[in-house]
Amino acid sequence: MPARPRPPAPALILTALVAATSLAGCAREPDPGTVTVLNSATDTHEHEQQQKFFDRCAKPLGVRVRQTSVPAAQVASKALRMASSHSLTDILELDGSELPQFADTGGLVPLRTAGVDVTGMSEGAVSMGSFRGTPYGIARSVNSLALIYNADLLREAGVEPPTTWDELRAAAKKLTRGKTFGMAFSATPDADGVYQFLPFFWSAGGDEARLDDGRGAPALQLWKDLVADRSASSAVVTWNQQDVNDQFIAGRAAMMINGPWQVPVLSTHKDLKWEVAAVPVPEAGRPPVPPIGGTVMTLPRTGDTARQRTAAKILNCLNEQRNQVDWGESVYNVPTRTAAAAAYKTQNPKLGAFADQVATARSRTGRVGARWPVVSDALAGAFQSVLTGRATPEAALKQAQSRATAGQ
Amino acid sequence: MTTTVTTAAAPAPAGHPAPDTAARRRRRATLLRWCFVAPAALYLLAFFGYPLVRNILMSFQHYTPHTFFTGESPFNGLDNWRAVFRNPLFVDSLGHTLVFTVGSLLGQFVLGLALAVFFSRRFPLSGVVRAVLLLPWLVPMVVSAVVWRKLLDQESGVINTLLMDLHLTSSAVPWLSSPDLALLAAILVNIWIGIPFNMVILYGGLQEIPRELREAAALDGAGAWRTFRSVTLPLLRPVVTVVLILGFMSTVKILDLILALTGGGPADSTQTLGTVTYQLSFQQLDFGQGAVVGNVLVLVSAVFAVLYLRANRSDFGQGK
Repeated sequence: MPARPRPPAPALILTALVAATSLAGCAREPDPGTVTVLNSATDTHEHEQQQKFFDRCAKPLGVRVRQTSVPAAQVASKALRMASSHSLTDILELDGSELPQFADTGGLVPLRTAGVDVTGMSEGAVSMGSFRGTPYGIARSVNSLALIYNADLLREAGVEPPTTWDELRAAAKKLTRGKTFGMAFSATPDADGVYQFLPFFWSAGGDEARLDDGRGAPALQLWKDLVADRSASSAVVTWNQQDVNDQFIAGRAAMMINGPWQVPVLSTHKDLKWEVAAVPVPEAGRPPVPPIGGTVMTLPRTGDTARQRTAAKILNCLNEQRNQVDWGESVYNVPTRTAAAAAYKTQNPKLGAFADQVATARSRTGRVGARWPVVSDALAGAFQSVLTGRATPEAALKQAQSRATAGQ
Repeated sequence: MTTTVTTAAAPAPAGHPAPDTAARRRRRATLLRWCFVAPAALYLLAFFGYPLVRNILMSFQHYTPHTFFTGESPFNGLDNWRAVFRNPLFVDSLGHTLVFTVGSLLGQFVLGLALAVFFSRRFPLSGVVRAVLLLPWLVPMVVSAVVWRKLLDQESGVINTLLMDLHLTSSAVPWLSSPDLALLAAILVNIWIGIPFNMVILYGGLQEIPRELREAAALDGAGAWRTFRSVTLPLLRPVVTVVLILGFMSTVKILDLILALTGGGPADSTQTLGTVTYQLSFQQLDFGQGAVVGNVLVLVSAVFAVLYLRANRSDFGQGK
């Protein structure tokens, strides 16, 4: 083979290209007139709503807000990637259950240091945004779970909305006719299922830090009984909250556990008469203990205090009473400012049950902090093995506790 | 092949008194050859070598959200490996992965081969039907999984309605909600997804077998089955190896299908190595332990990749 004197141009170009692409991940210098946000508002409507409120608060400060939205399940890993390349946004909106893992890294600025005010917010909301007693994230609105029921079906069966577990079991049995189940809930092995299990687990006295203390077992027994009675389908182990709502809308479930984010969908079905009640409790007189959910806005340590101050001002503005009420109404979540929640309740009486639930709602990460994802997986394993008949409630919780502490 | 390697490897005699034009030319040829190899080699190193080495290192590190902010990821010896191997979920997932992979491959291959043989004959509309059979391959995995989740739903799924209307079953089959059936359901869906791939490759292989050979066999008095067994299958062997090994490698690491279909449930009955990696890395954010499971997957795949390369090399050896 004769040697050619020309340098192999294509090879050089390719080499250069490879080198260039591997450098493309480096951080860019941020635009001083733009505050950046990473959130999960991938839904067009939600994205636009967010932008509206951001604009409302950013305009007086002479800045613009640019959102980067990724699916909720990817926010944490995207944020971590950005953190490792020092390109985190000025505002990071995390799910409440993810906050401790981020706060624990020291990568977030305590709200008080940054000048964000959380006074006047409900205790549950502050606790959701806190790690080891220090608030790191502020929730504009929160959601919880309630019992949503088909008023027509209950009236036809002569059943009152149940308030206790015994009433729930009896009502669900009575409402189960033909293709309609009395009750539906989500028991998927993920965040959906765990969120739905918590009001039962906590109301029974269960403790996520000591799963095997036996006090949460009656909650597992209740779920098992509902399925064993055929008052709820055994397919609940595969139904996420969306599926549960679909079953309810299709008239295949007379009652369901679900959250206010289903309201927009429910409202489009005009012939469906739905009402909201509190999640039934083990015994009359005990307060329900539903979980508090939603997102919190945090301020990552970007090292630029001027930008941080602007971001903090935006957070304060977003959480003014009027903005909270407006935001809460646009996403059907309950404002976290106590006064705003009261205003919201009078303006939306139908969602009053959700507003009331939030008052006693509890943060998922309050007790176990950054260990929540492990505990959550363990709890999911527990109710799934009980519902599929693989374990008794006590054995399942014992197993869950050893799973939750295995890595320690 | 072998001759070029020897020339490339032969170095020019060092310290030669006068510049030998032949030696210089040879050196230039070597340099040029390396220039052509360099981009590919760099690409492989950057996009495959680096992540692989990183993943192996990570499995010996305490790699958590802290690492991303502080850049610190202290080595912790075999802690991650010990934790993962002690995790009952990992042990279970190994078994599930084995059953899932073997079951999927068997089903995909047998049905794919049957269809390929069927379509290798000419008949009206054969092309149209073949195109339709390719559809599962074109649909994104997650979409197929979500559609199948609806179809297999115990209460409102079409499959159960159909089975009951045909009086094949008396009550709804809990396809995805029974731990005894969920893995089978996942295998069935994956077979459905994998048939087109098997069919297309095997169909291509069948086209390469000279028609005369089969005609000769028929003249010798061999029946259809005998011809298939003694002529078609042996000649198809190299293609079969490729299909099975590529199928293995894409099945063993499956994640999206199972996540969308069952999420690993019910009661962890469909947890595979893929879902366990996902759970450890992206839900519990313990990237060190996630990397351990990832490495196990890489190792398993590597064994089969070597088999694949060997199978290919022997084909080259035969002058194919």
